[in-house]
Amino acid sequence: MPGPMKMRATMMKGDTAEVRVLMSHPMETGLRKGPDGKLIPMHFIEIVTVKLNGKVVINGQTSQSVSRNPVFAFRLKGAKTGDKLEISWLDNKGESNKIDGAIA
Amino acid sequence: MDVVRRVLLKGASATGVAAAALAAGLLRPQRVLAAQWDQNAFRAKSAADALKQLGAESAAQSKEVVLEAPQIAENGAVVPIEVSSNVPGTKSIAIVIDKNPFPLSAKFDFEEGALPYVKVNVKMGQTSEVRAIAEANGKYYVATREVKVTIGGCGG
Repeated sequence: MPGPMKMRATMMKGDTAEVRVLMSHPMETGLRKGPDGKLIPMHFIEIVTVKLNGKVVINGQTSQSVSRNPVFAFRLKGAKTGDKLEISWLDNKGESNKIDGAIA
Repeated sequence: MDVVRRVLLKGASATGVAAAALAAGLLRPQRVLAAQWDQNAFRAKSAADALKQLGAESAAQSKEVVLEAPQIAENGAVVPIEVSSNVPGTKSIAIVIDKNPFPLSAKFDFEEGALPYVKVNVKMGQTSEVRAIAEANGKYYVATREVKVTIGGCGG
């Protein structure tokens, strides 16, 4: 079950905005053992996409070595308050989630 | 006769060009489908192989790539890495952790509207060199830092 996401986007100086996003995900490496002593299979986010006003601005590829409950920060140029943001992820089991917001 | 020959030649040259382009690595699948996971690079088991899969084996050390990472990470499960590139035209940034079981950790492609900057928390199994690789105009630039890990973050 994809967990909730959180996003915060604020204007820095000039026309640069900083976007911070948190995703709830176990990011299992496949090297960790569960309570039954068996290895927990790999389960991790593969694709992270950031859209600004409907247009893709960042395509991210991630692996199991990104920390559990990943937090990312990105910077956008030419952005302004009120611009729409959509951040989505897709994992290796085909699960996905997304969050919509606006630059504050 | 002539028409048949023409059609055959046309077909042959078209597939020939595509095959040659593929062989030369010009038509990488991840370029065509931007949102595809680069299996070969992410499953590379050595930093050298990961760099090769990224096409970055000849990356030059550059001060224009700024890599912020802690000198000592007490907890290898959460190591903050911050990368920005001042190389004009930077299209992507990749993070490689040499001694992790699969060294390539993440790669970000930046389109117009995004600055070549990313901050992300990664896991590190042990003390290792961390590399940030920026790609600009078909060339690769790298910044390297050693991060000492007190407790590893990959296994149990």
